[in-house]
Amino acid sequence: MATSKFCSRLRNVTRLSITNSGSIFPAVAPSTIRHAGIGRTHFTYAPESPPTNSGDTQEMNMFKAINNGLALSMEADESAVFFGEDVAFGGVFRCSMGLQERFGKDRVFNTPLCEQGIVGFGIGIANMGSTAIAEIQFADYIFPAFDQLVNEAAKMRYRSGGDYDCGKLTVRAPCGAVGHGGLYHSQSPEAYFAHTPGLKVVVPRGPIKAKGLLMSCVAEPDPCIIFEPKILYRAAVEEVPIGRYVTEIGKAEIVRKGTDVTLVGWGTQVHVLIEVANLVEEKLGVSCEVIDLVTILPWDVDAVSQSVKKTGRLIIAHEAPLTCGFGSEIAATIQESCFLSLEAPIQRVTGWDTPFPHIFEPFYLPDKWRCFDAVKNIVNY
Amino acid sequence: MVTQQCLQFVHYSSSSTCVVVLASSWSHEIHTPLHCFSLYLQLYHSFTQLRLSNWNCLHLVMRVTWAKKIFNQFSAQCLIHKGNFTTSATFGPSNPKFPIISNNFTDELKFTNATSYGSIPIYRILGSATEDEAMANIELEEAKYIKMYKDMVTITVMDKILYESQRQGRISFYMTNSGEETVQIGTAAALSLNDVVYAQYREAGVLLWRGFKLKQFMNQCYGNCEDIGKGKQMPVHYGSKELNFVTISSPLTTQLPQAVGAAYALKLAHSDRCVAVYFGEGAASEGDAHAAFNFAATLDCPVIFICRNNGYAISTPAREQYKGDGIAAKGPAYGINTIRVDGNDIFAVHNATRAAKEWTLANGKPVLIEAMSYRIGHHSTSDDSSAYRSVSEIAEWEKLQPIARFRQCLEKYGLWSEEQEKEFVSSIKKQILSDFAAAEKNVKPNWKEVFTDVYYNMPDHIKKQSEAMAKHVDQYKEHYPVELYKQQ
Repeated sequence: MATSKFCSRLRNVTRLSITNSGSIFPAVAPSTIRHAGIGRTHFTYAPESPPTNSGDTQEMNMFKAINNGLALSMEADESAVFFGEDVAFGGVFRCSMGLQERFGKDRVFNTPLCEQGIVGFGIGIANMGSTAIAEIQFADYIFPAFDQLVNEAAKMRYRSGGDYDCGKLTVRAPCGAVGHGGLYHSQSPEAYFAHTPGLKVVVPRGPIKAKGLLMSCVAEPDPCIIFEPKILYRAAVEEVPIGRYVTEIGKAEIVRKGTDVTLVGWGTQVHVLIEVANLVEEKLGVSCEVIDLVTILPWDVDAVSQSVKKTGRLIIAHEAPLTCGFGSEIAATIQESCFLSLEAPIQRVTGWDTPFPHIFEPFYLPDKWRCFDAVKNIVNY
Repeated sequence: MVTQQCLQFVHYSSSSTCVVVLASSWSHEIHTPLHCFSLYLQLYHSFTQLRLSNWNCLHLVMRVTWAKKIFNQFSAQCLIHKGNFTTSATFGPSNPKFPIISNNFTDELKFTNATSYGSIPIYRILGSATEDEAMANIELEEAKYIKMYKDMVTITVMDKILYESQRQGRISFYMTNSGEETVQIGTAAALSLNDVVYAQYREAGVLLWRGFKLKQFMNQCYGNCEDIGKGKQMPVHYGSKELNFVTISSPLTTQLPQAVGAAYALKLAHSDRCVAVYFGEGAASEGDAHAAFNFAATLDCPVIFICRNNGYAISTPAREQYKGDGIAAKGPAYGINTIRVDGNDIFAVHNATRAAKEWTLANGKPVLIEAMSYRIGHHSTSDDSSAYRSVSEIAEWEKLQPIARFRQCLEKYGLWSEEQEKEFVSSIKKQILSDFAAAEKNVKPNWKEVFTDVYYNMPDHIKKQSEAMAKHVDQYKEHYPVELYKQQ
């Protein structure tokens, strides 16, 4: 929905450039310019090391890694089609650049501006045994397709006794904070879909994961949703395997080993947590284990439980609001599986229970100082 | 014999009434299928000679019914009729009436599509025979037309400044209106202030016309402490209850069914007000558009749907957005009074909206206006349209210069001059820059506004979160840009 659709290409907008030559503006010293949200990123990107035994790698940012994953998936499967709003010219985040030229207009195409149409259409393609990769331009606009995803895609196998399915459907949608997206270009709606048996939901934290998860989701025999943190499309750069590469769905990754506190996050928040882990080690002498959950549904209970049994403390952080955020599910499950190991109540550091505000983004996000404070509190409990 | 009798009927049928010739009574004259076909050809040939062969007016259908034994017993029915036939008495028991549609039957197997009708014409005044008549009204309503012109110019100047300000990183985002000023102002000027507007996001001119101050635009784009929306939304998401302009939401088309509901409420309250709702041709593809059209028609709502068909939904050209005869053609299908108008002709847009408003209020029913336009600028500051359209295409549309044409009309009637132009542009630029500087200097609202307006009364859980954040910011104040926000 649509369209929707304001930050079509978020480039040059996080950079502050003052050029007064030939400007209609009077000369203004940069210090007088007040733009709380602009030019500020709330995290430091921590690149993932290139995977071993995955062949040659190439430096790619996240949109290029996704583009590469899409191309390989379509090359390997002649039935695969990729579609969505504005994807033909390369997509508003440039993920489909060159794909229409390469695979033709029958396989890579624009759809009318209608999210429920996009997902329903994708389900139909998957019903026929073909591979459908659909793009919803912003996760904030996925809601018109909620019915198709929740009542149709998720329940098709169940309601037909396994006769029909739409496992060949993959939906991609950019999510998360971007510095200036406001209410409708910043949301992280993973918890809504995590409440839906039948769907698989994943969130990459960078280019390697984005490609691996995309290729896994396309191959997965269940309908999958990939929420891609849009702030990482350009900013995140890694050495990405150039050949076929998959990331196991349902498997969390320990990205930093530690002994005192377990920090769980996904997407952009993983980078916040890595920074926090370094910070608390330096300032408080606390050792944190950082886990990238990678898959929201079905999530890796064992990985988190094992870590919490070791550390005795768990902090979950996500950008989405607190109430019924996916952190609630993790907290409830871990208190049950690790009750006797817990040294302190499980904490959640999240976006507040409000819509995502434009100019107040620095006060809304579960940034490193809020996470830092949570670590401080949990070790002092 | 049959041919002659049939033709007589044709001659008698000069009116639009259906003529049915039953050839069954002459079936003894038709002995073989070949004979039957030859009769068909004869009749068709005769009609052609009589210049009655227009397929839309006159159809000749030969129906041949074969009996149980082929060639032994058959009867032929020659049906000659204009358009459709409604009677069923001749053919057996009468049909109960199908709901809503008229019971027009045809025995012609034919699919209907966009080419079955002529395209809905584009209403245009400039360059037409009625141009002079329309121009005469300019003098009668001088003040209005001058304000219309000034507002159109203001929007272009404001766009230039705010677009550049985004490029410099002063505001986070902007969307220009270029190419669509005529649609915005032409429609806005036909509405009353107490009519309610639901806009999409490219209708700054509508709001300007209604009295939104330049500084209010700037305050919203900066999200400063004087922004009505308290800095919560991205730039260009204006709103003003005072001006009956419902606050803009980014998700597309959601405003359409809401506008219909608002119109219903106004009608129920006997308020003599209507609702105008704006949307693009891309937005018309969303499910909400269908819901809105259908609700408006079935529930008789005084709402004017104003489609700004600017040719593009971000990069997607209209030809990939819909088929058939555009957005306007959807109107009659839903039972909505519809007009397609030249969005570059201020007089046509204005006249059409004025008529739409009168009609919607008089009849308590919806109207659809499809204003054909072109998005001269990029979709937004996040877009670079050179990636999907040519410079020459844009240049082609820029030639139209609707604002300049409007100015020429005003000058022709002595209502505007070169001097006035210079003076106005310079003063409006000065004012915008000064309001812009003031908005830029102003602080953001107090950061605790994060937690307000979620509910009417703040529930305890949000209150606790607000308190927790206040404590945190106090403790870690060096890490938060509190100096940019208004203190308590």
